[in-house]
Amino acid sequence: MANAAILPADPAIALQRARQGKSYWRRVWERLRDDKVTLAVIGVLVMLLIMVVFAPWFTVHDPYTGSVLRRLKPVGTPGHWLGTDEVGRDLWSRMVYGGRLSLLAGVVPVFLALLIGGFLGVLAGYAGGLLNSAVMRLTDVLYAFPSILLAIAITGILGAGLQNTILALTISFIPPVIRISESVTTQVRHLDFVEAARASGARPLTIMRYHILNNVLGPILVYATSLISICIILAAGLSFLGLGVTPPSAEWGLMLNNLRQALWVSPLVAALPGAMIFITSMCFNLMSDGLRQAMDVRL
Amino acid sequence: MAADSRVDVGDKPRRPAGGADACVSGAPSRPLLAVESLTKHFPLKGGLLNRTTAVVQAVDRVSFDVRTGETLGIVGESGCGKSTTARLLMHLIAPDSGSIVFDGLVVGAAEGGLGLRDLHRQMQMVFQDSFASLNPRLPVAMSIAFGPFVHGLAKPAALKRASELLEAVGLDPLLYANRYPHELSGGQRQRINIARALALEPRIVILDEAVSALDKSVEAQVLNLLVDLKAQLDLTYVFISHDLNVVRYISDRVMVMYLGKVLELGPVDRLYRDPQHPYTQALLSAMPSMDPRRRTVQAPLSGDPPNPISPPSGCRFRTRCPYAEGVCATMPPALLSPPDDKLRAVACHMLVPGSGHSRAAVEINA
Repeated sequence: MANAAILPADPAIALQRARQGKSYWRRVWERLRDDKVTLAVIGVLVMLLIMVVFAPWFTVHDPYTGSVLRRLKPVGTPGHWLGTDEVGRDLWSRMVYGGRLSLLAGVVPVFLALLIGGFLGVLAGYAGGLLNSAVMRLTDVLYAFPSILLAIAITGILGAGLQNTILALTISFIPPVIRISESVTTQVRHLDFVEAARASGARPLTIMRYHILNNVLGPILVYATSLISICIILAAGLSFLGLGVTPPSAEWGLMLNNLRQALWVSPLVAALPGAMIFITSMCFNLMSDGLRQAMDVRL
Repeated sequence: MAADSRVDVGDKPRRPAGGADACVSGAPSRPLLAVESLTKHFPLKGGLLNRTTAVVQAVDRVSFDVRTGETLGIVGESGCGKSTTARLLMHLIAPDSGSIVFDGLVVGAAEGGLGLRDLHRQMQMVFQDSFASLNPRLPVAMSIAFGPFVHGLAKPAALKRASELLEAVGLDPLLYANRYPHELSGGQRQRINIARALALEPRIVILDEAVSALDKSVEAQVLNLLVDLKAQLDLTYVFISHDLNVVRYISDRVMVMYLGKVLELGPVDRLYRDPQHPYTQALLSAMPSMDPRRRTVQAPLSGDPPNPISPPSGCRFRTRCPYAEGVCATMPPALLSPPDDKLRAVACHMLVPGSGHSRAAVEINA
């Protein structure tokens, strides 16, 4: 650390600082603070989140009422600064409201997969042996299908709709999360401090809680953030195929599908939902890269 | 378990004072730890159906006692089974066969035995790698407090205990309690590990190469700390090391291991002065001498120990032994006391009259 050399002049403060010790997360935060790109990206995502949550404050027009008279207005039209879609609905309103479903369908499945897959993976990694083989072979079965195909198959069976999309995406993201958490846990499990914890007579769940979890959570979280961008794209893809959110709901993937026919009439308007998908998933990707770097603290 | 004959329920005091003296004078004292033909073979899996293709005989029918209050040193080349023995004693890995009797109770026995949780209260271990043996995400005081916490002490009380222990190992709790392992030096970390091992007030501590990774000056400090703590807390040590000088300094008795077998066991002074087993002789002559006139000219042993996957038949040392004969290949020597020295045990045909080794009869008759 560069600022480690700067010691406070007051010995009392120096002593205080020495007493506290610098936790791992504190060092991660210090590194993150110096990473301008990651900070900017996190800023964009926070802004996006605020806009999406408080959508009525940021929009004038209703996202669901259109007018035949105002169909496919170009970007920059007075009153509709991003133009209108193929049934004359305000595109800005639909973009903001569409973010709600897109982000929901992008974040919730990853979060659920993180809970379920993380639990199973850490358990399998720590237990080893037969339990590990059982969990990992089952994972391999799911792994055999590319996640988009798996998601399409599940929504195909269950039918379209937001709930089914989330369910399908959760199931298709559980295997990679299991695999990552299992491999990280297996690495940690054989370290001496876990042996030492076993030697103190602690039960497996106690060891997992106090000694495994705090060592594996970082890498698993970083991996999960990188999944969010894929999940947003997959959710948009499902909607694009008509297997996800159903019209007239505003959702970026669905909007992209509907505006596809207008690509030759007003290409800029048609490309806007795609641009939003791109920006959001890019931001999540960059954030995950930044987190990965910040967490790679040499101890 | 076949060790019931060893179970002794005599009502001797739990901690007879001067266990080390008792050892030197040869008075019989009840062993705190009695190990009987402990065996651990690691299967090597391979092939299509994960079949066992070979077996590493890491520890093979090892028997020894640790007396109350003594320090038993275990020496040997790397790969001889020292660390596996330590892990077996702690039951971090389960032995294939053999028994461990702790203070008269068979460890892990279903009835009337000593449960693992109780064993771990009484027996603790310090690992070689001071960094890997501390959780990098926990302040060191938490690492120390973990044992008492697990055994039912409330968190504040466990942390208070941790700061007492920090003081006991020579670290100011105000300065070090909340530090993380990466903020400490190797010697400081090993002190933390010692404090952690002592947190449950064990009666015996296994030190597995506990000072081997430290600088010489730090090593001396930590050794002195270990000696002081042993006197203060009436501890018994099993001290595993490959450093013969350190073992000589700290041990009361020394056990020499080779390829998973005990070759020689005896009081430290006599074993160092007059090693009986050819391997011990070779090992000791490999020690750097402070006297230039007694410089070692020729390497006493050459090559590496044989592969423990398929150890030599009979005596395992015979492939490198200058005195090896036919009998050494056919029959493994038993660990026996020489007729003139009851305190020692040596596994060599040369010391057994009538074993068939040409030197045996000659040396005994002379």
